[in-house]
Amino acid sequence: MSSPTGPLDPPLQSPLQAAALGLRYDRRNVIDDLDIVVPPGSFTVIIGPNACGKSTLLRALAGLLPASSGTVLLDGRDIVSYSAKDTARRLGLLPQSAVSPEGITVAELVARGRYAHQRLLRQWSAADESAVTDALRVTNVADLATRPVDELSGGQRQRVWIAMVLAQQTPLILLDEPTTYLDIAHQIEVLNLLHDLNGRGRTIVAVLHDLNHAARYASNIIAMQDGRIVAQGPPGTTITAELVAEVFGLANVVISDPLTGTPLVVPADTRLPHPVVTGA
Amino acid sequence: MTGTVSTGPVSTLDVGRRRIVLGIRGLTVVIGLRSALVGVLVLLVTVFLALLALALGDFPLTLAEVVGVVTGQVDGLPRIVVLEWRLPRAMAAVLFGAALAVAGAIFQTVTRNPLASPDIIGLANGSFTGMLVALLVLGGSWPLLTAGSLIGGLAAAVLIYLLAYRGGLHGFRFIVVGIGISAMLASVNTWMLLRVELETALFASAWGAGTLNSVTAATAVPAGLSIVLLLALVPLVAPAVRQLDLGDDAASATGVAVGRARLAAIALAVCLVSVVTAVAGPIAFVALAAPQITRRLTATPGIPFVTTGIVGGALLLGSDLIAQHVIPLTVPVGVVTVVLGGSYLVWLLIHESRRRA
Repeated sequence: MSSPTGPLDPPLQSPLQAAALGLRYDRRNVIDDLDIVVPPGSFTVIIGPNACGKSTLLRALAGLLPASSGTVLLDGRDIVSYSAKDTARRLGLLPQSAVSPEGITVAELVARGRYAHQRLLRQWSAADESAVTDALRVTNVADLATRPVDELSGGQRQRVWIAMVLAQQTPLILLDEPTTYLDIAHQIEVLNLLHDLNGRGRTIVAVLHDLNHAARYASNIIAMQDGRIVAQGPPGTTITAELVAEVFGLANVVISDPLTGTPLVVPADTRLPHPVVTGA
Repeated sequence: MTGTVSTGPVSTLDVGRRRIVLGIRGLTVVIGLRSALVGVLVLLVTVFLALLALALGDFPLTLAEVVGVVTGQVDGLPRIVVLEWRLPRAMAAVLFGAALAVAGAIFQTVTRNPLASPDIIGLANGSFTGMLVALLVLGGSWPLLTAGSLIGGLAAAVLIYLLAYRGGLHGFRFIVVGIGISAMLASVNTWMLLRVELETALFASAWGAGTLNSVTAATAVPAGLSIVLLLALVPLVAPAVRQLDLGDDAASATGVAVGRARLAAIALAVCLVSVVTAVAGPIAFVALAAPQITRRLTATPGIPFVTTGIVGGALLLGSDLIAQHVIPLTVPVGVVTVVLGGSYLVWLLIHESRRRA
């Protein structure tokens, strides 16, 4: 397996797709008959309003939630046919719910990403060592390696978690709202890191809330509403004022980002008219 | 600061904690240095306590005599006293303590809750119920009582598991359901005790407090062997259980079959507790306190299983010494562990509430 820093050849077939996928959560149909293809080598971003099924879909794509109907195909094979460790060697996921054990250090947490590569009597190998070292370096947390994770800032902590997923050395990485709770500078830092990883050949699938971030960073957008996909494709053709109005129920205009030329969503000013106070 | 003991440089990565990476022919084992040191120290304490346990009693021996018997130089009555009277009980205390502590460590790790312990979630009361049913309905020979308590403990575990299961097992729900079941079983047990003759009730009550008084070689040897076998299985589930510390989703995403790993670990813990309870009754608080004491001594992110087992052995052996020799009248060891563990629990609750405040 290549190191996380070296370029990977993007696979030709889609590494991850779902056909006629149905998902139930708490005895409720969240998703019904959904088809999705993650293009190989893409930076795919799933957008949609709260409770539209984004996170549920991501969990199912990662094999964490069994399909109630249809299939998820990982590298062309039904994901349920892989063992948990097999799946984890092909696909990494950063869930929203990850907790860092009390007192764990950065390097120890990143090393936890190596679980799928370890065995009872092979608890540490040269491959583990180089994967962890590389992951620490790429995410720019090598200097923090010996520090307890509890003591880090939110932005540092998120980079450490991404390092853990990277240490898993999977060609495919899924992230559930990786920028939530971060300030704007740290959000951009994390997105740049993902962009960088994508440039090195990893296929990225992320759920993001910020449409403008999605528009700037994604190569492929999947817009969801009520468990359905309503648009899919490059940001330039998918993120339109009509789509945002339909999916989010938000009056808006879409202009061109002055720096990148990607769509930039500007909400319409829908505040109630206030008495205009002018100078006497 | 990574210590490397191996034929080649297995690891130069500094993880911020001293660890030993032992490597030979592609096989590697990682050991936390501090956990290992704590384990060795507590093991030394255990050896000292064991010598005391072999020396003290109605027929007092000097430590020199005990050592003489152990090394085969002293014969006669001291040999019988040490090997046949006192050794089974001391061995039972160490192994039972280790079994309870490891079971507690497993429960606390899979539920991510320091309060999860087999005595709190009703396994002990289930065992007691099974034992009482065997005693009342089938009349009480030891094999029957043992079987009854084993079945009672396992049945309680299955019941709690089924009631708490809802598309997956959630730690907190598991504990709350367990506490409920525990309370119900306790009332059933009291009701049964009230219906039997006084003598039977006294016998059952002593067992119900958790005691090593009735341990003999005949009961200690099979139980001890079962415990050794069960403990040997723990390393098979330990890495997956440790990974559960990251949360179910992250554990699953890194390659753990979460449902299966948790079920296997709980089954193992239930078996460990049931074997102990079948012989010695429900000895409280060792399973609760030993893992947390160990974690504070080793300062590790998770609970180290091996060190916890060693600490549990020392804890129960020490408690049994207090129960036999420090308190004027001989009390069940369960009474001592309740007092020690109860004090610890109060401290833990105060400590946790201060930390949250």
